[in-house]
Amino acid sequence: MKLFLKDGTQFDGTPFGHSGATSGEVVFNTGMVGYVESLTDPSYEGQILVMTYPLVGNYGVPHTRFFESKKIHVKGLIVSEYSEAYSHKDALHSLGEWLKKEGIPALSGVDTRMLTKKLREHGTMLGAIATERPRGKWYDPDLENQVALVSPSEVVKTGSGALTIVVVDCGSKENIVRLVSRPDVTVVRVPWDYDFTDIPYDGVLISNGPGDPTFCTATIAHLKKAFRLKKPMLGICLGVQLMVLAAGAKTYKLKYGHRSHNQPCIDVSSGTRCYITSQNHSFAIDENTLSKEWKVWFKNANDGTVEGIAHASLPYKAVQFHPEASPGPTDTQWIIDQFVDDVRVHAKTGSKKKNV
Amino acid sequence: MKNKPKKVLLLGSGGLKIGQAGEFDYSGSQAIKALQEEGVKVILMNPNIATVQTDEKFADGVYFLPLTDYFATEIIKKERPDAILLSFGGQTALNLGLALERQGVLKKYNVKVLGTPVSTIRDTEDRDLFIKRLSEIEVKTARSYAATTVVQAKKAARSLGYPVMVRSAFSLGGEGSGKINSEKELVEKLETVLQTVPQVLVEEYLLGWKEVEYEVVRDQFDNCITVCNMENIDPMGVHTGESMVVAPSQTLSNEEYHHLREVAIKTIRHLGIVGECNIQYALNPKNGDYRVIEVNARLSRSSALASKATGYPLAFVAAKLALGYALTDIKNAVTGTTTACFEPALDYIVLKMPRWDVAKFQGAPAGIGSEMKSVGEVMAIGRSFEEVFQKAIRMTAIGAHGFTANPPGNFSIKNYTKELKNPTTRRVFALAEALRRGASVSSIHKATGITSWFLEKMQNIIVVEKEVKNAKTLTAPLLRRAKQAGFSDIQIALLRGSSEDAVRATRKKAGVVPVVKQIDTLAGEFPSDTNYLYLTYHGVENDIQRGKQSVAVLGSGPYCIGSSVEFDWSSVQAVKALARAGKETIIINYNPETVSTDYDMSDRLYFEELSLERVLDIVDFEKPEGVIVSMGGQIPNNLALPLKKHGVPILGTDPDNIHRAESRHLFSDLLDTLGIEQPQWAELTTVSRAVEKASAMGYPVLVRPSYVLSGAAMNIALHEGQLIKFLERASVVSSEHPVVISKFIENVREIEIDGVAQRGNLNIYAISEHVENAGTHSGDATIVLPPQHTYLETVRRAKNITRAVIKELNITGPFNIQFLAKDNQLQVIELNIRASRSFPFVSKVTGHNFIDIATRLMLGEKIPERYQTVDLPYVAVKSPQFSYNRIKGVDPLGYVEMASTGEVACFGDTYDEALLKSMMAVGFRLPKKGIFVSIGRDDNKIKLLPELKQLHKLGLPIHATPGTAEFLKEHGVKSQIVHKLQSGRHPNVSDLFSKRAVDLIINIPTRAYSRSGATTKQMKDGYTVRRRAVDLGIPLITNLQLAEAFLAALFRLGKDELHVKRWDEYLDRI
Ligand SMILES: Nc1ncnc2c1ncn2[C@@H]1O[C@H](COP(=O)(O)OP(=O)(O)O)[C@@H](O)[C@H]1O
Ligand SMILES: Nc1ncnc2c1ncn2[C@@H]1O[C@H](COP(=O)(O)OP(=O)(O)O)[C@@H](O)[C@H]1O
Ligand SMILES: [Mg+2]
Ligand SMILES: [Mg+2]
Repeated sequence: MKLFLKDGTQFDGTPFGHSGATSGEVVFNTGMVGYVESLTDPSYEGQILVMTYPLVGNYGVPHTRFFESKKIHVKGLIVSEYSEAYSHKDALHSLGEWLKKEGIPALSGVDTRMLTKKLREHGTMLGAIATERPRGKWYDPDLENQVALVSPSEVVKTGSGALTIVVVDCGSKENIVRLVSRPDVTVVRVPWDYDFTDIPYDGVLISNGPGDPTFCTATIAHLKKAFRLKKPMLGICLGVQLMVLAAGAKTYKLKYGHRSHNQPCIDVSSGTRCYITSQNHSFAIDENTLSKEWKVWFKNANDGTVEGIAHASLPYKAVQFHPEASPGPTDTQWIIDQFVDDVRVHAKTGSKKKNV
Repeated sequence: MKNKPKKVLLLGSGGLKIGQAGEFDYSGSQAIKALQEEGVKVILMNPNIATVQTDEKFADGVYFLPLTDYFATEIIKKERPDAILLSFGGQTALNLGLALERQGVLKKYNVKVLGTPVSTIRDTEDRDLFIKRLSEIEVKTARSYAATTVVQAKKAARSLGYPVMVRSAFSLGGEGSGKINSEKELVEKLETVLQTVPQVLVEEYLLGWKEVEYEVVRDQFDNCITVCNMENIDPMGVHTGESMVVAPSQTLSNEEYHHLREVAIKTIRHLGIVGECNIQYALNPKNGDYRVIEVNARLSRSSALASKATGYPLAFVAAKLALGYALTDIKNAVTGTTTACFEPALDYIVLKMPRWDVAKFQGAPAGIGSEMKSVGEVMAIGRSFEEVFQKAIRMTAIGAHGFTANPPGNFSIKNYTKELKNPTTRRVFALAEALRRGASVSSIHKATGITSWFLEKMQNIIVVEKEVKNAKTLTAPLLRRAKQAGFSDIQIALLRGSSEDAVRATRKKAGVVPVVKQIDTLAGEFPSDTNYLYLTYHGVENDIQRGKQSVAVLGSGPYCIGSSVEFDWSSVQAVKALARAGKETIIINYNPETVSTDYDMSDRLYFEELSLERVLDIVDFEKPEGVIVSMGGQIPNNLALPLKKHGVPILGTDPDNIHRAESRHLFSDLLDTLGIEQPQWAELTTVSRAVEKASAMGYPVLVRPSYVLSGAAMNIALHEGQLIKFLERASVVSSEHPVVISKFIENVREIEIDGVAQRGNLNIYAISEHVENAGTHSGDATIVLPPQHTYLETVRRAKNITRAVIKELNITGPFNIQFLAKDNQLQVIELNIRASRSFPFVSKVTGHNFIDIATRLMLGEKIPERYQTVDLPYVAVKSPQFSYNRIKGVDPLGYVEMASTGEVACFGDTYDEALLKSMMAVGFRLPKKGIFVSIGRDDNKIKLLPELKQLHKLGLPIHATPGTAEFLKEHGVKSQIVHKLQSGRHPNVSDLFSKRAVDLIINIPTRAYSRSGATTKQMKDGYTVRRRAVDLGIPLITNLQLAEAFLAALFRLGKDELHVKRWDEYLDRI
């Protein structure tokens, strides 16, 4: 089997997953652990994932309760060395077995460093895992609403707390839901295009999700309505992009995205406080198009891109990175705690604060 | 930056010893660079003269003085620094800093401690406090009880259940700790341990838990990152310094990795560390539970490793943070564009393997455990476990070709089942043996506690071995598979019954060649120009293009006895000289404890094997103008001839001539031809001939293998039986090269010349003399420069002999020649055509950088001769640093085989002053309580009489063994008799120790050169005294000449005559 890139490059590899062919957008992630979490992250829908860490599969694959969604979302996986042998207390089967079961092609033996450098220099590229170079059109996830593919079709309610937090599930990672679930909270998980402003809620969280945010016109419209309700809102990853679009600003596609567990983000208000964050996104916020009501909250210490925004006066916050981690560092989990606290405070004092 | 200090005192770590080695040269050097960039003046206190950090034009002032509170206080008084750095010189600096603080010195002179506050250091060093502090934030530590008596300890152990772990506070390298299986063992252990420390901790033993470490950096603004995590392959119970370690962790899931990371950050914030530290964990593989084992609130061996493993300059960053910077103010030095406030992403795996030298010590147990014994380490970089594992085994330079397919002999372990259960320094070979014999991964896992994943990978290697062995032809895919599994050409040749060269040729023809990859801290996410490189077979594209006009310097490999920081110093000086000459510089080395492997030392750093195969791979790619083999000690020196044979241009002396010096019998032939005197010698062909020759020259005779340093396998045979035994041992060490025997000459002095020549003409030299007579290896000898007791005529003769020899061998570059001297009569014992151990010493003492000169001469530059190195207005003395306390059970007696692990040197206005300071720098103290004297032979008693007669001058009680006491009495010196253990009378030796009545022991054994183990009762007594002295940390002198010199100096000098002068204050006088 081979990995073919749109620009004509090809790499020989040894298949270790599903034996069929696949195609998608080729992206790389530099995390050194967390392949289970990454593969099941719905934000990877439509993408072929390259792991820059060369040894993958070492600790096998655990029970689905450790997953970030019910299934593998990447379209294909590329590694340097796959380890069929694994050892871990939680492991039920090998990575290869899992990929086969879920029908996901994968290649090992690829010079992933060379591939990564190529993607860095040319930008993200379309690619295919196949025996021969595909003819005709290549699958391009940017031409389709990826969110619609991964968002649930029904509303699901969990918990029985007095507070209601809506999670607009554009392809949410499970850990977001795990972290907002508290004894005093009822989580209402709604599809991406569901008008949540119809239900009485105390706070809303717009989740992560795959692809180009401009496809989610329905969500953007609902967010515009929600802005009038002045209830606490937290956007994560795709969520921040949707909020920005709803607020009238713009997003753009990065050359090769941020996919890693080591992105430093500075809290702009403090100037020196920097957090290590987990990231997985292709699109970013265009700072120049933000209106005055929105303040930049976090900035990427490496390339200066906007990593978080906060409303100047209303309880709306959003971050480009993943405070829920999984995979990656947990440094910014407090953002979710803070959001839940905001929801609590707002629910208590809401009537008074209504006209703020 | 506001409030930046103007002048900072930096404490170094002193002589290299087990548990505290070259890594602190790296950390100190980086700290100096970081501070000087900020315009801060740095005053360095470190008697380790062989380090790069003590170089001229590095720190603003250097004190080669003992790291004691007295000297530190005097320096502070004189220099009045406004701040001090404690965390860059290992445990030595940390303890010294704590002492200065406790005594109020820092407060009195207004010296601020930069970085981690002293209170935090205390919290991490005092185990009781530590456990308390961590429980405040609900971070788990091992259940433990403090005990000051055996009774308390027994009670604690009973409540925990055996086995238990016993540990002592304020030590390093796990000193005094160990697994205790029963009450009986507990009592035995505590009897010795409680004599050295007031308190021990009895802890739950974390059997079968994984050991994991994180390197953590925090700034005063509470930014906190983990730069690297590392997983020990060996489970808890084997000290991290004794373990094979991989980075990043391989068998931790995302949840485990980040849970431990979170605990690390929480803990470090709570403790309030500013700078760098290391946190060690035990992780239960069955349920994910954890314990924090310890926090080292300073740069450590692990942080040096982490620095090299990730490319993140931990020490440099720690120094900046200590000045008050935020992590976000600092740039990632590798990319030059991104911030230092990030966590490196690796796209390769590294493996660290310890290097032991226990085989050098007779009677030393080979078992490994929670006490550190290794003397050095190596780090291999690659893209699969198999690749780095086999690389690392080769890198330890113990003669193994890899995990398997090894030369016969040492590497096949018959009793492997036992060695799996009770790990020894040969554990990897026991694992290989077990796997080769078909033991299952699960059974090995049970026996060793090693996570199965690692064992599966090791098994892969054995599988590939079989494939290579059984294949009809060596196809390209099979070759590639073998190379990806880390097999060297020699291993493949061995399996195929072919030769290294033939395999190499086949491989190149088939296009199976390694690629060069870069380490960039961000796994390729951002471009980087830094050429920190390694080679791998897991890849198809080189990250870089070949350089231009480059010269490669081969580094030293692992630190071990006989080869340590001095060779790194030489390598670094050579690179600097090459850069000044406009060359593009390449370093090849793989020792993570070194300065030469800092990626900013050279234009290209190949963190790679120093094997013929790998050097040829690099040469094939880089096509350098020349390769320098004379700086890194014996490893590169041994490659000279093979490299030449493969057409590699070697700079300096022709490798054929190097061979004529290294081969003991060729060299002896040469001396005979030149008419230069040498001890009677004979080449060994058969054992019976050797026996015949030996009895003709008369015993004792010396057995000497070729191409070795540190006197490996060199032995003095006192009679025929010993000779036969030693010959066998020597032929194992050096099977390719012949062994010679020489007449061992007693009662002669030893002198040596370090020099540099060009095309056979001497350019510069320094002559130094040994305090000890010949018979003490030059690496273990106390060395004086300029010579104090050598006649001018002797100097002249030595120089003439030297001129003749270097002319004959047409030497260009560095060399070292050693002589035996009796009056004016000289005999040559050996010549090394390379930089020697003493090059940094002679360079820093004379003020001429011998390596700089050597390198320029090798490049063909014309430099006028200079000889003003004999007449110096001061004296310097170099002393060996021993680590006998770490090598249990061994007799700490000097011998022809080197045993010291490091060295220091101090200056003085007089010989006495330099000698005392130098000895104090390796742990000697001016005695205050009492002296214990025991001198075996009458002739030695008489020789020492002048000094013994004056002993009373010191006003200290003198204790002596009966014979010595009698002798003293005859000469009017009063002493208290100390009876032999066997006599049943008191006070005996044991009483003396338990009363702590003495703080200097002079024990001159009857049989000076004997090493065949204590047999007679008397010898046993002597052994007990020496061993107890070492175990209890009481200064011990066993050499007659050193005793003479030390006592004489004591009588003549007062404490106020130990002057506190900077190095430049001495040099300025020339
Ligand atoms: N409770 C324990 N059970 C088993 N092994 C232990 C325990 N505590 C420490 N060890 C082992 O002893 C070694 C040395 O202990 P450590 O506290 O790290 O001392 P050091 O200061 O010498 O590094 C550790 O690396 C670990 O392998
Ligand atoms: N013939 C000899 N008589 C007495 N001592 C000797 C003799 N040859 C060597 N020695 C002692 O042994 C030590 C080591 O010998 P040397 O040949 O220098 O070995 P190495 O190559 O390991 O340095 C010397 O420093 C010297 O003290
Ligand atoms: Mg430790
Ligand atoms: Mg020698």
